[in-house]
Amino acid sequence: MYTLIYDGTFEGLLTAIFEIYELKLFHVKLIKGEWRSGALFEEVLQIVTDENRAARVLEGLRKKLSAAGIQRLYIAHMAEMEHEESTLIGFIRYVFDSDQNIEEDYGNKYVMRLSEIIKMIRRERHRMEAFVRFQKLKDEIFYSAIEPDFNVLPLLIKHFKNRYADQKWIIYDIKRSYGIYYDLHDTQYISLDFSETNKPGNVIAAFSEDEGIYQHLWKNYFNSVNITSRKNTRLHLRHIPKRYWRHLTEKI
Amino acid sequence: MNAERITEKLNILADAAKYDVSCASSGSKRKNENKGLGNASNGICHSYTEDGRCVSLLKILLTNHCIFDCAYCVSRKNNDIKRAAFTVQEVVDLTINFYRRNYIEGLFLSSGIFKDADYTMERLVRVAKKLRTEHNFNGYIHLKSIPGASDELMREAGLYADRLSVNLEMPTEAGLKLLAPDKNRQDMINPMDFLKKEIILRTEEKKLFKKAPMFAPAGQSTQMIIGATPENDQQVLQSANYFYQNFNLKRVYYSGYVPVLADKRLPALNTSVPMVRENRLYQADWLMRFYGFRVNEIVNDEQPLLDLDIDPKLGWAIRNMHVFPIDINKADLQTILRVPGIGLLSAQKIVSARKFARLGWEQLKKIGVAVNRARYFITCKSSEFERRDLTGNNIKQFILAESKSKYLKNNHTQLNLF
Repeated sequence: MYTLIYDGTFEGLLTAIFEIYELKLFHVKLIKGEWRSGALFEEVLQIVTDENRAARVLEGLRKKLSAAGIQRLYIAHMAEMEHEESTLIGFIRYVFDSDQNIEEDYGNKYVMRLSEIIKMIRRERHRMEAFVRFQKLKDEIFYSAIEPDFNVLPLLIKHFKNRYADQKWIIYDIKRSYGIYYDLHDTQYISLDFSETNKPGNVIAAFSEDEGIYQHLWKNYFNSVNITSRKNTRLHLRHIPKRYWRHLTEKI
Repeated sequence: MNAERITEKLNILADAAKYDVSCASSGSKRKNENKGLGNASNGICHSYTEDGRCVSLLKILLTNHCIFDCAYCVSRKNNDIKRAAFTVQEVVDLTINFYRRNYIEGLFLSSGIFKDADYTMERLVRVAKKLRTEHNFNGYIHLKSIPGASDELMREAGLYADRLSVNLEMPTEAGLKLLAPDKNRQDMINPMDFLKKEIILRTEEKKLFKKAPMFAPAGQSTQMIIGATPENDQQVLQSANYFYQNFNLKRVYYSGYVPVLADKRLPALNTSVPMVRENRLYQADWLMRFYGFRVNEIVNDEQPLLDLDIDPKLGWAIRNMHVFPIDINKADLQTILRVPGIGLLSAQKIVSARKFARLGWEQLKKIGVAVNRARYFITCKSSEFERRDLTGNNIKQFILAESKSKYLKNNHTQLNLF
């Protein structure tokens, strides 16, 4: 068993694939991180990301997968799910070891797992499209804090840019400490320094004048539409798991 | 803005609108091309109430003043409740400000009938027009068509709204006569028929002229209240089927009657909401729309009621054991779709995956098939399959014995009301 250590980038992943074939490694484990010596019983190999090698692997993938298939692979990697590198490697090896396009071979465990991963990412992205709650700040910027399970912020840009084209907004991932800012023309990645009075998850001090009123109205609305005689807590929690509540105006 | 007054109005008029179950915000394709606010396409549920229903739209009445006296409705004329009315501008402001904060997909505006049908419809249209023309709002708008409103107003409504709906209220005309003596079925069917023709016409026009305006791009829907009148499931589903077939409806909603009023024509106030029955009706509705079932395969003269213990697909399967077992590696998609425990997505995955290799139980499980149900009806790569010659009833008992219904805590019998 070889342990490969890489830098966590997609190019790094593709370089690792190159090495696996170059060195004819069979049992491998890929982990993101720094080189740590001291592992006694396994062989450790540091992967140095190499653009040329990555490009060659990508070229190979393009011949055997559809554009959407490559996109899925990229998104699955970007989401930064823990312990799923082996799925990605298994999938890519299966791609190269087969003569035909195997994207829809759901009987294969790697293809199936990748499809599950994509499903989880899509669900998380969809949840964020639903659960973002903008708060209007004094400077007319609509601000929202989120803590998604996976790294899906980049997947949200298109949706929010199309929808809120006429207002400035920020969506900030507190867990991963970065956000997107839309300035009425384009979006850019930002990281913010928060002052003592404003924490990433709590920016009340910066609220615009009418923000409190509309939050109050929304909470009232939310309570008014409930039908008590149909109460179904299990279903409620399945739709909005508790971990999302702290950023939902109506559940605070 | 007088926050207190608006809050009070919102509480009253949201509370009165909540029994309208439609919440869909999908099916439209309004883009944000004018760099304005919002778009409408696939629909998003932004929140969920404690009863587990989706909150997607700001669903309110313009007013709960009403000249009608429908027995099942909280806003009926003779009910002693607080009344309120929004101004057009108030509804517009609420919609825009909720939308900007990503609380909602858009507006669902209904109303009690004040003065007459046209007067009411004209106000609803004015809200939609203002949102579209003055605020560049491209979010979703669902307007209620007021029964009896003129064709001219309906046409204007269609130009601004994504979806329009007329509630049939009761599954049959007799039911309607009993509980809503002021309303008549023809008044509901007329606007529905007008919209259907107009939608067809405008769709043709849009094919020829790309710039032609959209007309109710998300189509029309309707709603029936279930359990307030004695119609059986066969009558309900046949009625739904009739409207799907003849008026190109996108959706028929079934609303389990929530007892809110004491009236000798209605179930008593302590009657529980028929939630299981409602769920079974929706399952049957899905079978008709997505799984290729005809209505009389699901309910017919011998089988006028849906089985509350099991879903209608399993119900159909155990009545038609001669069709099974089918070979999952050979049967066509339409046949696979009829197997209990296999949904739309799983069926498609099966058809894709079996091109590579024949599928066994493990793979079917991974693909998402509920093997504990499907195994009585299929064979696959494995030599293990159900060899006993089981009757439909045996299978039902086996499946019930090992499944724990999520409705177990609820009332299990279909209530005999009259």
